Amino acid sequence: MDNTPLQIRALDKFRGKTQVLHGIDLDIAPGERLALLGHNGAGKSTLIKAVLGLIRHEGGSIRICGAAPGSAAARAATAFLPEAVSFHPALTGHEQLALFARLAGERADINGLLERVGLGEAMHRRIGAYSKGMRQRLGLAQVLLGRPKLALLDEPTSGLDPISRQDLYAIINELAEQGAAVLIASHALTEVEARTDRIAILRKGVKVADNTLAGLSAQAGLPVKLRVQASGTHADRIATETGGRRINGASVEILCRPQDKMTELRKIAAMGDAVADIDMVPPRLEDLYRHYSGEDRK
Amino acid sequence: MRRAFAIARAEMLILRRNRWLFMATLIMLAFALALSFAGSAPTGTLGVDMLTVSVASMTTLSVYLAPLLALMMGFDAVAGDRDRGSLALLLAYPAGRAEILLGKLMAHLAALAVAMCIGFGAAGAVAAWFGGAGAESLMALGRLVLTSILLGAVFLVLGYALSALSSGATAAAGLSAGVWLVFVVLYDLGLLGAVVMDSGGVFTQKIFPWVMVANPADAFRLWNVAASESVALSSGMAGAASALPGWAAPLSLLLWPALGFLLACAAFRRVEP
Repeated sequence: MDNTPLQIRALDKFRGKTQVLHGIDLDIAPGERLALLGHNGAGKSTLIKAVLGLIRHEGGSIRICGAAPGSAAARAATAFLPEAVSFHPALTGHEQLALFARLAGERADINGLLERVGLGEAMHRRIGAYSKGMRQRLGLAQVLLGRPKLALLDEPTSGLDPISRQDLYAIINELAEQGAAVLIASHALTEVEARTDRIAILRKGVKVADNTLAGLSAQAGLPVKLRVQASGTHADRIATETGGRRINGASVEILCRPQDKMTELRKIAAMGDAVADIDMVPPRLEDLYRHYSGEDRK
Repeated sequence: MRRAFAIARAEMLILRRNRWLFMATLIMLAFALALSFAGSAPTGTLGVDMLTVSVASMTTLSVYLAPLLALMMGFDAVAGDRDRGSLALLLAYPAGRAEILLGKLMAHLAALAVAMCIGFGAAGAVAAWFGGAGAESLMALGRLVLTSILLGAVFLVLGYALSALSSGATAAAGLSAGVWLVFVVLYDLGLLGAVVMDSGGVFTQKIFPWVMVANPADAFRLWNVAASESVALSSGMAGAASALPGWAAPLSLLLWPALGFLLACAAFRRVEP
Protein backbone atom coordinates (compact mmCIF):
# COMPACT_ATOMS: atom_id res chain seq x y z
CA MET A 1 0.00 0.00 0.00
CA ASP A 2 1.43 3.28 -1.14
CA ASN A 3 0.47 6.06 1.21
CA THR A 4 1.99 9.07 -0.52
CA PRO A 5 -1.08 11.31 -0.70
CA LEU A 6 -0.09 12.78 -4.04
CA GLN A 7 2.50 11.66 -6.52
CA ILE A 8 2.68 13.23 -9.97
CA ARG A 9 5.22 12.11 -12.54
CA ALA A 10 5.99 13.73 -15.91
CA LEU A 11 2.43 14.97 -16.35
CA ASP A 12 1.58 16.31 -19.81
CA LYS A 13 -1.74 17.88 -20.69
CA PHE A 14 -2.80 19.25 -24.05
CA ARG A 15 -5.71 21.51 -24.76
CA GLY A 16 -6.27 21.09 -28.47
CA LYS A 17 -2.79 21.41 -29.91
CA THR A 18 -1.34 23.63 -27.21
CA GLN A 19 0.43 21.92 -24.36
CA VAL A 20 -0.78 23.42 -21.10
CA LEU A 21 1.23 21.25 -18.68
CA HIS A 22 4.79 20.17 -19.45
CA GLY A 23 6.24 17.18 -17.62
CA ILE A 24 5.14 18.18 -14.12
CA ASP A 25 6.62 16.21 -11.20
CA LEU A 26 5.09 16.94 -7.83
CA ASP A 27 4.86 15.06 -4.53
CA ILE A 28 3.15 16.03 -1.32
CA ALA A 29 3.83 14.16 1.90
CA PRO A 30 1.26 13.53 4.65
CA GLY A 31 0.86 16.63 6.81
CA GLU A 32 2.67 18.85 4.35
CA ARG A 33 1.27 22.19 3.18
CA LEU A 34 2.30 23.06 -0.36
CA ALA A 35 1.63 26.41 -1.98
CA LEU A 36 1.17 26.22 -5.73
CA LEU A 37 1.83 29.62 -7.26
CA GLY A 38 1.59 30.95 -10.77
CA HIS A 39 -0.01 33.57 -12.99
CA ASN A 40 -3.52 33.24 -14.27
CA GLY A 41 -3.39 30.58 -16.95
CA ALA A 42 -0.14 29.08 -15.65
CA GLY A 43 -1.91 25.74 -15.26
CA LYS A 44 -2.75 25.63 -11.54
CA SER A 45 -6.45 24.86 -11.94
CA THR A 46 -5.74 22.47 -14.82
CA LEU A 47 -3.31 20.57 -12.60
CA ILE A 48 -5.91 20.33 -9.82
CA LYS A 49 -8.60 19.14 -12.21
CA ALA A 50 -6.25 16.50 -13.57
CA VAL A 51 -5.57 15.29 -10.02
CA LEU A 52 -9.32 15.11 -9.41
CA GLY A 53 -9.75 13.07 -12.57
CA LEU A 54 -12.14 15.64 -14.00
CA ILE A 55 -10.00 16.03 -17.11
CA ARG A 56 -7.87 13.47 -18.90
CA HIS A 57 -4.12 13.91 -19.22
CA GLU A 58 -2.09 12.81 -22.20
CA GLY A 59 1.20 11.78 -20.62
CA GLY A 60 2.74 10.85 -17.28
CA SER A 61 1.00 9.52 -14.21
CA ILE A 62 -0.90 10.72 -11.16
CA ARG A 63 -1.35 8.62 -8.03
CA ILE A 64 -3.49 9.60 -5.04
CA CYS A 65 -2.61 7.26 -2.17
CA GLY A 66 -1.65 4.80 -4.89
CA ALA A 67 -4.99 5.07 -6.72
CA ALA A 68 -5.69 6.48 -10.16
CA PRO A 69 -7.34 9.93 -10.32
CA GLY A 70 -11.11 9.73 -10.58
CA SER A 71 -11.23 6.20 -9.12
CA ALA A 72 -13.55 5.60 -6.19
CA ALA A 73 -10.60 5.22 -3.78
CA ALA A 74 -8.99 8.44 -5.00
CA ARG A 75 -12.21 10.42 -4.76
CA ALA A 76 -12.88 9.13 -1.27
CA ALA A 77 -9.39 10.25 -0.16
CA THR A 78 -9.59 13.70 -1.72
CA ALA A 79 -11.28 16.91 -0.65
CA PHE A 80 -11.63 19.80 -3.07
CA LEU A 81 -12.43 23.47 -2.72
CA PRO A 82 -12.96 24.97 -6.16
CA GLU A 83 -12.09 28.53 -7.08
CA ALA A 84 -15.11 30.79 -6.37
CA VAL A 85 -17.11 27.84 -5.06
CA SER A 86 -20.84 27.89 -5.76
CA PHE A 87 -23.86 25.81 -4.84
CA HIS A 88 -27.50 25.56 -5.81
CA PRO A 89 -29.10 28.75 -4.43
CA ALA A 90 -32.36 27.03 -3.46
CA LEU A 91 -30.76 24.70 -0.89
CA THR A 92 -29.81 25.75 2.62
CA GLY A 93 -26.22 25.39 3.81
CA HIS A 94 -27.27 22.52 6.05
CA GLU A 95 -29.02 20.67 3.23
CA GLN A 96 -26.10 21.14 0.88
CA LEU A 97 -23.59 19.83 3.40
CA ALA A 98 -25.88 16.90 4.25
CA LEU A 99 -25.97 16.02 0.54
CA PHE A 100 -22.18 16.05 0.36
CA ALA A 101 -21.92 13.92 3.49
CA ARG A 102 -24.29 11.36 2.00
CA LEU A 103 -22.36 11.33 -1.27
CA ALA A 104 -19.13 10.79 0.64
CA GLY A 105 -20.77 8.11 2.75
CA GLU A 106 -19.87 9.92 5.95
CA ARG A 107 -21.89 10.15 9.10
CA ALA A 108 -20.68 13.64 9.83
CA ASP A 109 -21.70 16.11 12.50
CA ILE A 110 -23.19 18.61 10.03
CA ASN A 111 -24.19 21.16 12.66
CA GLY A 112 -20.77 20.96 14.32
CA LEU A 113 -18.95 21.48 11.04
CA LEU A 114 -21.08 24.48 10.14
CA GLU A 115 -20.49 25.97 13.58
CA ARG A 116 -16.77 25.32 13.12
CA VAL A 117 -16.63 27.48 9.96
CA GLY A 118 -18.84 30.18 11.46
CA LEU A 119 -22.10 29.39 9.68
CA GLY A 120 -23.95 28.30 12.80
CA GLU A 121 -26.53 31.06 12.53
CA ALA A 122 -27.00 30.85 8.78
CA MET A 123 -27.15 27.09 8.34
CA HIS A 124 -30.90 26.98 7.71
CA ARG A 125 -30.94 29.93 5.35
CA ARG A 126 -30.83 29.48 1.60
CA ILE A 127 -27.42 29.65 -0.05
CA GLY A 128 -28.88 32.17 -2.49
CA ALA A 129 -28.88 34.68 0.37
CA TYR A 130 -25.25 33.96 1.38
CA SER A 131 -22.41 36.41 0.78
CA LYS A 132 -19.36 35.30 -1.18
CA GLY A 133 -17.44 34.80 2.04
CA MET A 134 -20.20 32.63 3.49
CA ARG A 135 -20.25 30.45 0.40
CA GLN A 136 -16.49 30.11 0.72
CA ARG A 137 -16.94 29.02 4.35
CA LEU A 138 -19.51 26.45 3.30
CA GLY A 139 -17.01 25.23 0.72
CA LEU A 140 -14.47 24.89 3.48
CA ALA A 141 -16.92 22.97 5.67
CA GLN A 142 -17.29 20.34 2.95
CA VAL A 143 -13.49 20.03 2.76
CA LEU A 144 -13.53 19.01 6.43
CA LEU A 145 -16.02 16.20 5.81
CA GLY A 146 -14.53 12.80 6.46
CA ARG A 147 -10.85 13.44 7.17
CA PRO A 148 -9.35 13.70 3.68
CA LYS A 149 -5.84 12.42 2.96
CA LEU A 150 -5.38 15.04 0.26
CA ALA A 151 -6.98 18.48 0.24
CA LEU A 152 -6.86 20.56 -2.94
CA LEU A 153 -7.76 24.20 -2.30
CA ASP A 154 -8.00 26.48 -5.33
CA GLU A 155 -7.73 30.15 -4.29
CA PRO A 156 -9.25 29.42 -0.87
CA THR A 157 -8.98 32.97 0.49
CA SER A 158 -10.57 34.84 -2.41
CA GLY A 159 -13.48 36.87 -1.12
CA LEU A 160 -12.62 36.40 2.55
CA ASP A 161 -12.02 39.23 4.99
CA PRO A 162 -8.78 39.23 7.03
CA ILE A 163 -10.35 37.55 10.09
CA SER A 164 -11.88 34.83 7.93
CA ARG A 165 -8.49 34.30 6.32
CA GLN A 166 -6.94 33.65 9.69
CA ASP A 167 -9.73 31.18 10.49
CA LEU A 168 -9.13 29.51 7.17
CA TYR A 169 -5.43 29.02 7.82
CA ALA A 170 -6.21 27.72 11.31
CA ILE A 171 -8.43 25.11 9.68
CA ILE A 172 -5.77 24.30 7.09
CA ASN A 173 -3.24 23.76 9.88
CA GLU A 174 -5.71 21.50 11.63
CA LEU A 175 -6.11 19.44 8.46
CA ALA A 176 -2.34 19.14 8.11
CA GLU A 177 -1.98 18.14 11.76
CA GLN A 178 -4.45 15.34 11.14
CA GLY A 179 -2.07 14.11 8.46
CA ALA A 180 -3.69 15.48 5.32
CA ALA A 181 -1.52 16.69 2.48
CA VAL A 182 -2.73 20.17 1.61
CA LEU A 183 -2.24 21.87 -1.74
CA ILE A 184 -3.11 25.57 -1.84
CA ALA A 185 -3.20 27.24 -5.23
CA SER A 186 -2.97 30.96 -4.64
CA HIS A 187 -2.13 34.46 -5.76
CA ALA A 188 -1.92 35.81 -2.24
CA LEU A 189 1.84 35.55 -1.87
CA THR A 190 2.24 37.26 1.47
CA GLU A 191 -0.34 34.92 3.00
CA VAL A 192 1.13 31.62 1.90
CA GLU A 193 4.67 32.79 2.64
CA ALA A 194 4.44 32.13 6.35
CA ARG A 195 1.79 29.46 6.30
CA THR A 196 3.07 26.73 4.02
CA ASP A 197 5.93 24.29 4.24
CA ARG A 198 6.93 24.26 0.61
CA ILE A 199 6.36 26.37 -2.47
CA ALA A 200 6.00 25.24 -6.08
CA ILE A 201 5.80 27.76 -8.90
CA LEU A 202 4.24 27.08 -12.28
CA ARG A 203 5.08 29.19 -15.29
CA LYS A 204 3.26 28.54 -18.58
CA GLY A 205 2.66 24.93 -17.61
CA VAL A 206 6.24 24.28 -16.49
CA LYS A 207 7.24 23.79 -12.87
CA VAL A 208 10.06 26.33 -12.45
CA ALA A 209 10.57 26.03 -8.70
CA ASP A 210 9.76 23.59 -5.92
CA ASN A 211 11.45 24.11 -2.58
CA THR A 212 11.10 25.62 0.87
CA LEU A 213 11.17 29.41 1.10
CA ALA A 214 14.76 29.33 2.39
CA GLY A 215 15.76 26.89 -0.31
CA LEU A 216 14.24 29.07 -3.00
CA SER A 217 16.09 32.12 -1.68
CA ALA A 218 19.42 30.29 -1.72
CA GLN A 219 18.77 28.93 -5.22
CA ALA A 220 17.75 32.28 -6.60
CA GLY A 221 20.68 34.11 -5.02
CA LEU A 222 18.64 37.30 -4.80
CA PRO A 223 20.32 40.21 -3.04
CA VAL A 224 19.70 40.98 0.59
CA LYS A 225 18.69 44.57 1.21
CA LEU A 226 20.45 46.51 3.99
CA ARG A 227 18.89 49.79 4.94
CA VAL A 228 21.22 51.98 6.93
CA GLN A 229 20.02 55.06 8.73
CA ALA A 230 22.75 57.65 9.10
CA SER A 231 23.04 59.91 12.10
CA GLY A 232 23.41 63.60 11.35
CA THR A 233 24.87 64.34 7.94
CA HIS A 234 26.84 61.18 7.40
CA ALA A 235 24.51 59.71 4.79
CA ASP A 236 26.69 60.79 1.87
CA ARG A 237 29.80 59.32 3.39
CA ILE A 238 28.10 56.00 4.09
CA ALA A 239 26.78 55.87 0.54
CA THR A 240 30.17 56.39 -1.05
CA GLU A 241 31.99 54.03 1.31
CA THR A 242 29.58 51.13 0.91
CA GLY A 243 28.59 51.69 -2.71
CA GLY A 244 24.94 52.01 -1.62
CA ARG A 245 22.24 54.30 -2.85
CA ARG A 246 20.76 57.29 -0.98
CA ILE A 247 17.03 56.88 -0.75
CA ASN A 248 16.21 59.94 1.33
CA GLY A 249 18.00 62.50 3.41
CA ALA A 250 19.28 60.15 6.09
CA SER A 251 19.05 56.61 4.66
CA VAL A 252 21.18 54.46 2.39
CA GLU A 253 20.11 51.25 0.75
CA ILE A 254 22.70 48.59 0.03
CA LEU A 255 22.07 45.48 -2.06
CA CYS A 256 24.44 42.60 -1.50
CA ARG A 257 24.63 38.90 -2.27
CA PRO A 258 23.63 36.65 0.64
CA GLN A 259 27.21 35.39 1.08
CA ASP A 260 28.59 38.96 1.26
CA LYS A 261 26.14 40.03 3.90
CA MET A 262 28.46 39.64 6.91
CA THR A 263 31.31 41.52 5.21
CA GLU A 264 29.00 44.45 4.54
CA LEU A 265 27.70 44.40 8.10
CA ARG A 266 31.23 44.49 9.53
CA LYS A 267 32.09 47.41 7.28
CA ILE A 268 29.01 49.31 8.47
CA ALA A 269 29.69 48.47 12.11
CA ALA A 270 33.19 49.87 11.74
CA MET A 271 31.72 53.28 10.91
CA GLY A 272 30.76 53.74 14.52
CA ASP A 273 28.56 56.70 15.41
CA ALA A 274 27.80 57.60 11.80
CA VAL A 275 25.24 54.78 11.73
CA ALA A 276 22.08 55.31 13.77
CA ASP A 277 20.17 52.18 12.84
CA ILE A 278 20.18 49.28 10.42
CA ASP A 279 17.48 47.07 8.92
CA MET A 280 18.06 43.89 7.02
CA VAL A 281 15.45 42.77 4.50
CA PRO A 282 15.90 39.26 3.08
CA PRO A 283 14.25 38.60 -0.29
CA ARG A 284 10.53 38.05 0.17
CA LEU A 285 8.35 35.53 -1.59
CA GLU A 286 7.17 38.31 -3.87
CA ASP A 287 10.71 38.89 -5.11
CA LEU A 288 11.28 35.17 -5.45
CA TYR A 289 8.01 34.77 -7.31
CA ARG A 290 9.01 37.53 -9.74
CA HIS A 291 12.36 35.86 -10.18
CA TYR A 292 11.02 32.36 -10.85
CA SER A 293 7.94 33.30 -12.81
CA GLY A 294 10.19 35.16 -15.21
CA GLU A 295 9.10 38.74 -14.66
CA ASP A 296 12.61 40.05 -14.16
CA ARG A 297 14.25 37.95 -16.86
CA LYS A 298 14.50 40.10 -19.91
CA MET B 1 -27.72 3.57 -5.30
CA ARG B 2 -27.56 5.27 -1.90
CA ARG B 3 -25.79 8.18 -3.59
CA ALA B 4 -28.43 8.37 -6.30
CA PHE B 5 -31.06 8.66 -3.56
CA ALA B 6 -29.04 11.43 -1.89
CA ILE B 7 -29.04 13.37 -5.18
CA ALA B 8 -32.75 12.67 -5.68
CA ARG B 9 -33.53 13.98 -2.23
CA ALA B 10 -31.71 17.26 -2.82
CA GLU B 11 -33.25 17.66 -6.29
CA MET B 12 -36.71 17.09 -4.84
CA LEU B 13 -36.07 19.83 -2.29
CA ILE B 14 -35.00 22.15 -5.10
CA LEU B 15 -38.13 21.38 -7.14
CA ARG B 16 -40.28 22.17 -4.13
CA ARG B 17 -38.32 25.31 -3.20
CA ASN B 18 -38.41 26.92 -6.61
CA ARG B 19 -42.13 26.14 -6.91
CA TRP B 20 -41.56 23.90 -9.90
CA LEU B 21 -43.66 21.13 -8.44
CA PHE B 22 -46.48 23.53 -7.64
CA MET B 23 -46.44 25.20 -11.06
CA ALA B 24 -46.30 21.91 -13.00
CA THR B 25 -49.19 20.52 -11.00
CA LEU B 26 -51.18 23.69 -11.49
CA ILE B 27 -50.60 23.65 -15.25
CA MET B 28 -51.64 20.00 -15.54
CA LEU B 29 -54.70 20.56 -13.38
CA ALA B 30 -55.86 23.64 -15.27
CA PHE B 31 -55.47 22.14 -18.73
CA ALA B 32 -56.93 18.77 -17.80
CA LEU B 33 -60.01 20.33 -16.16
CA ALA B 34 -60.53 22.75 -19.05
CA LEU B 35 -60.33 19.95 -21.62
CA SER B 36 -62.60 17.70 -19.62
CA PHE B 37 -65.35 20.30 -19.57
CA ALA B 38 -64.81 21.45 -23.14
CA GLY B 39 -64.79 17.89 -24.46
CA SER B 40 -67.90 16.74 -22.70
CA ALA B 41 -70.22 17.43 -25.66
CA PRO B 42 -69.90 14.32 -27.90
CA THR B 43 -70.76 11.71 -25.28
CA GLY B 44 -74.28 11.16 -26.51
CA THR B 45 -73.47 10.67 -30.16
CA LEU B 46 -70.65 8.17 -29.56
CA GLY B 47 -72.38 6.25 -26.83
CA VAL B 48 -69.46 6.26 -24.38
CA ASP B 49 -69.26 7.67 -20.89
CA MET B 50 -67.86 11.10 -20.22
CA LEU B 51 -64.63 9.84 -18.62
CA THR B 52 -63.72 8.05 -21.87
CA VAL B 53 -64.11 11.26 -23.85
CA SER B 54 -62.19 13.13 -21.22
CA VAL B 55 -59.32 10.60 -21.38
CA ALA B 56 -59.24 10.89 -25.17
CA SER B 57 -58.87 14.66 -25.07
CA MET B 58 -56.38 14.49 -22.20
CA THR B 59 -54.29 12.04 -24.28
CA THR B 60 -53.94 14.72 -26.93
CA LEU B 61 -53.09 17.26 -24.25
CA SER B 62 -50.44 15.04 -22.70
CA VAL B 63 -48.66 14.53 -26.02
CA TYR B 64 -47.84 18.23 -25.96
CA LEU B 65 -47.57 18.94 -22.27
CA ALA B 66 -45.64 15.95 -20.87
CA PRO B 67 -42.62 16.41 -23.20
CA LEU B 68 -42.69 20.15 -22.59
CA LEU B 69 -42.68 19.88 -18.79
CA ALA B 70 -40.03 17.16 -18.92
CA LEU B 71 -37.70 19.12 -21.17
CA MET B 72 -38.13 22.21 -19.03
CA MET B 73 -36.83 20.26 -16.04
CA GLY B 74 -34.23 18.28 -17.96
CA PHE B 75 -32.37 20.95 -19.91
CA ASP B 76 -30.87 22.47 -16.75
CA ALA B 77 -29.70 19.20 -15.20
CA VAL B 78 -26.05 19.31 -16.29
CA ALA B 79 -25.69 22.70 -17.98
CA GLY B 80 -27.13 24.57 -14.99
CA ASP B 81 -24.61 23.08 -12.58
CA ARG B 82 -21.80 23.71 -15.02
CA ASP B 83 -22.82 27.35 -15.61
CA ARG B 84 -23.05 27.94 -11.87
CA GLY B 85 -19.67 26.33 -11.36
CA SER B 86 -20.93 23.72 -8.91
CA LEU B 87 -20.45 20.75 -11.23
CA ALA B 88 -16.71 20.27 -10.64
CA LEU B 89 -17.21 19.95 -6.90
CA LEU B 90 -20.12 17.54 -7.31
CA LEU B 91 -18.04 15.37 -9.64
CA ALA B 92 -15.14 15.36 -7.17
CA TYR B 93 -17.35 13.38 -4.79
CA PRO B 94 -17.44 9.62 -5.05
CA ALA B 95 -20.69 9.44 -7.03
CA GLY B 96 -20.58 8.10 -10.57
CA ARG B 97 -21.98 10.25 -13.33
CA ALA B 98 -24.68 7.67 -14.07
CA GLU B 99 -25.62 7.75 -10.38
CA ILE B 100 -25.96 11.54 -10.49
CA LEU B 101 -28.22 11.41 -13.55
CA LEU B 102 -30.23 8.56 -12.04
CA GLY B 103 -30.78 10.60 -8.88
CA LYS B 104 -31.96 13.60 -10.88
CA LEU B 105 -34.20 11.35 -12.98
CA MET B 106 -35.84 9.86 -9.90
CA ALA B 107 -36.64 13.29 -8.47
CA HIS B 108 -37.84 14.75 -11.76
CA LEU B 109 -39.95 11.69 -12.52
CA ALA B 110 -41.51 11.84 -9.08
CA ALA B 111 -42.38 15.50 -9.65
CA LEU B 112 -43.92 14.70 -13.04
CA ALA B 113 -45.83 11.81 -11.51
CA VAL B 114 -47.30 14.06 -8.83
CA ALA B 115 -48.35 16.64 -11.42
CA MET B 116 -49.87 13.98 -13.72
CA CYS B 117 -51.69 12.10 -10.97
CA ILE B 118 -53.22 15.23 -9.50
CA GLY B 119 -54.01 16.86 -12.86
CA PHE B 120 -55.45 13.86 -14.69
CA GLY B 121 -56.86 12.37 -11.52
CA ALA B 122 -58.84 15.48 -10.66
CA ALA B 123 -60.08 15.90 -14.23
CA GLY B 124 -61.03 12.22 -14.33
CA ALA B 125 -62.87 12.47 -11.05
CA VAL B 126 -64.83 15.47 -12.30
CA ALA B 127 -65.71 13.70 -15.53
CA ALA B 128 -66.74 10.56 -13.71
CA TRP B 129 -68.85 12.53 -11.25
CA PHE B 130 -70.78 14.38 -13.94
CA GLY B 131 -70.88 11.86 -16.78
CA GLY B 132 -70.33 8.46 -15.26
CA ALA B 133 -67.44 6.04 -15.55
CA GLY B 134 -67.00 2.34 -16.11
CA ALA B 135 -64.24 -0.17 -15.36
CA GLU B 136 -62.88 0.30 -18.85
CA SER B 137 -62.73 4.07 -18.71
CA LEU B 138 -61.03 3.93 -15.29
CA MET B 139 -58.45 1.59 -16.77
CA ALA B 140 -57.97 4.05 -19.62
CA LEU B 141 -57.40 6.85 -17.11
CA GLY B 142 -54.82 4.79 -15.23
CA ARG B 143 -53.11 3.94 -18.50
CA LEU B 144 -53.06 7.59 -19.47
CA VAL B 145 -51.33 8.57 -16.23
CA LEU B 146 -48.73 5.80 -16.48
CA THR B 147 -47.93 6.34 -20.13
CA SER B 148 -47.73 10.11 -19.59
CA ILE B 149 -45.07 9.50 -16.94
CA LEU B 150 -43.19 7.21 -19.35
CA LEU B 151 -43.44 9.85 -22.08
CA GLY B 152 -42.11 12.38 -19.58
CA ALA B 153 -39.21 10.03 -18.79
CA VAL B 154 -38.27 9.90 -22.48
CA PHE B 155 -38.00 13.66 -22.71
CA LEU B 156 -36.33 14.01 -19.33
CA VAL B 157 -33.42 11.82 -20.42
CA LEU B 158 -33.32 13.51 -23.83
CA GLY B 159 -33.15 16.82 -21.95
CA TYR B 160 -30.21 15.52 -19.88
CA ALA B 161 -28.40 14.45 -23.04
CA LEU B 162 -28.92 17.90 -24.61
CA SER B 163 -27.89 19.52 -21.36
CA ALA B 164 -24.62 17.59 -21.33
CA LEU B 165 -23.91 18.13 -25.02
CA SER B 166 -24.59 21.86 -25.18
CA SER B 167 -22.21 24.61 -24.20
CA GLY B 168 -24.48 26.21 -21.60
CA ALA B 169 -27.95 26.33 -20.10
CA THR B 170 -29.23 28.83 -22.66
CA ALA B 171 -28.07 26.69 -25.56
CA ALA B 172 -29.60 23.63 -23.88
CA ALA B 173 -32.93 25.44 -23.55
CA GLY B 174 -32.87 26.33 -27.23
CA LEU B 175 -32.01 22.79 -28.26
CA SER B 176 -34.78 21.44 -26.02
CA ALA B 177 -37.34 23.67 -27.71
CA GLY B 178 -36.10 22.35 -31.06
CA VAL B 179 -36.38 18.72 -29.93
CA TRP B 180 -39.90 19.34 -28.66
CA LEU B 181 -40.91 20.90 -31.96
CA VAL B 182 -39.43 18.03 -33.99
CA PHE B 183 -40.88 15.15 -31.98
CA VAL B 184 -44.27 16.60 -31.20
CA VAL B 185 -45.12 18.73 -34.24
CA LEU B 186 -42.81 18.42 -37.26
CA TYR B 187 -42.47 14.62 -37.21
CA ASP B 188 -46.22 14.15 -37.61
CA LEU B 189 -46.44 16.87 -40.23
CA GLY B 190 -43.69 15.18 -42.21
CA LEU B 191 -45.43 11.82 -41.97
CA LEU B 192 -48.69 13.36 -43.01
CA GLY B 193 -47.02 14.88 -46.05
CA ALA B 194 -45.46 11.54 -46.95
CA VAL B 195 -48.80 9.75 -46.66
CA VAL B 196 -50.51 12.32 -48.88
CA MET B 197 -47.72 12.04 -51.50
CA ASP B 198 -47.86 8.25 -51.37
CA SER B 199 -51.67 8.20 -51.72
CA GLY B 200 -52.32 4.79 -50.20
CA GLY B 201 -49.25 2.95 -51.58
CA VAL B 202 -46.78 0.58 -49.92
CA PHE B 203 -45.43 3.28 -47.64
CA THR B 204 -48.80 4.09 -46.16
CA GLN B 205 -49.73 0.47 -45.55
CA LYS B 206 -46.48 -1.18 -44.48
CA ILE B 207 -43.91 1.39 -43.43
CA PHE B 208 -45.85 4.34 -42.11
CA PRO B 209 -47.20 2.71 -38.92
CA TRP B 210 -43.68 1.62 -37.91
CA VAL B 211 -42.13 4.99 -38.62
CA MET B 212 -44.92 6.52 -36.61
CA VAL B 213 -44.49 4.24 -33.61
CA ALA B 214 -40.75 4.93 -33.58
CA ASN B 215 -41.55 8.42 -32.31
CA PRO B 216 -42.24 8.22 -28.56
CA ALA B 217 -44.95 10.87 -28.74
CA ASP B 218 -46.84 8.89 -31.36
CA ALA B 219 -46.18 5.62 -29.56
CA PHE B 220 -47.79 7.19 -26.49
CA ARG B 221 -50.85 8.15 -28.53
CA LEU B 222 -51.06 4.75 -30.19
CA TRP B 223 -50.72 2.86 -26.92
CA ASN B 224 -53.58 4.74 -25.34
CA VAL B 225 -55.70 4.48 -28.44
CA ALA B 226 -55.06 0.84 -29.27
CA ALA B 227 -55.66 -0.39 -25.76
CA SER B 228 -59.14 1.05 -25.52
CA GLU B 229 -61.60 0.77 -28.37
CA SER B 230 -63.83 3.50 -27.11
CA VAL B 231 -60.89 5.92 -26.72
CA ALA B 232 -59.89 5.04 -30.27
CA LEU B 233 -63.40 5.68 -31.42
CA SER B 234 -63.56 9.08 -29.81
CA SER B 235 -60.10 10.16 -30.94
CA GLY B 236 -60.36 8.86 -34.49
CA MET B 237 -57.02 7.08 -34.51
CA ALA B 238 -58.19 3.52 -34.86
CA GLY B 239 -56.74 3.11 -38.37
CA ALA B 240 -53.06 3.44 -37.61
CA ALA B 241 -53.37 1.53 -34.36
CA SER B 242 -54.91 -1.54 -35.98
CA ALA B 243 -52.10 -1.88 -38.52
CA LEU B 244 -49.52 -2.58 -35.79
CA PRO B 245 -49.09 -5.49 -33.41
CA GLY B 246 -50.17 -4.65 -29.88
CA TRP B 247 -46.64 -4.72 -28.44
CA ALA B 248 -45.19 -2.14 -30.83
CA ALA B 249 -46.25 1.04 -29.02
CA PRO B 250 -45.45 -0.18 -25.46
CA LEU B 251 -42.07 -1.46 -26.66
CA SER B 252 -41.23 1.89 -28.23
CA LEU B 253 -42.29 3.83 -25.16
CA LEU B 254 -40.32 1.55 -22.81
CA LEU B 255 -37.23 1.40 -25.01
CA TRP B 256 -36.91 5.15 -25.44
CA PRO B 257 -36.27 6.05 -21.77
CA ALA B 258 -33.67 3.28 -21.45
CA LEU B 259 -31.81 4.21 -24.63
CA GLY B 260 -32.14 7.91 -23.87
CA PHE B 261 -30.66 7.36 -20.41
CA LEU B 262 -27.67 5.54 -21.90
CA LEU B 263 -27.24 8.38 -24.40
CA ALA B 264 -27.42 10.97 -21.62
CA CYS B 265 -24.81 9.06 -19.55
CA ALA B 266 -22.49 8.81 -22.55
CA ALA B 267 -22.86 12.55 -23.18
CA PHE B 268 -22.35 13.37 -19.48
CA ARG B 269 -19.16 11.27 -19.35
CA ARG B 270 -17.62 13.48 -22.03
CA VAL B 271 -18.24 16.66 -20.01
CA GLU B 272 -15.06 18.26 -18.65
CA PRO B 273 -16.20 20.81 -16.06
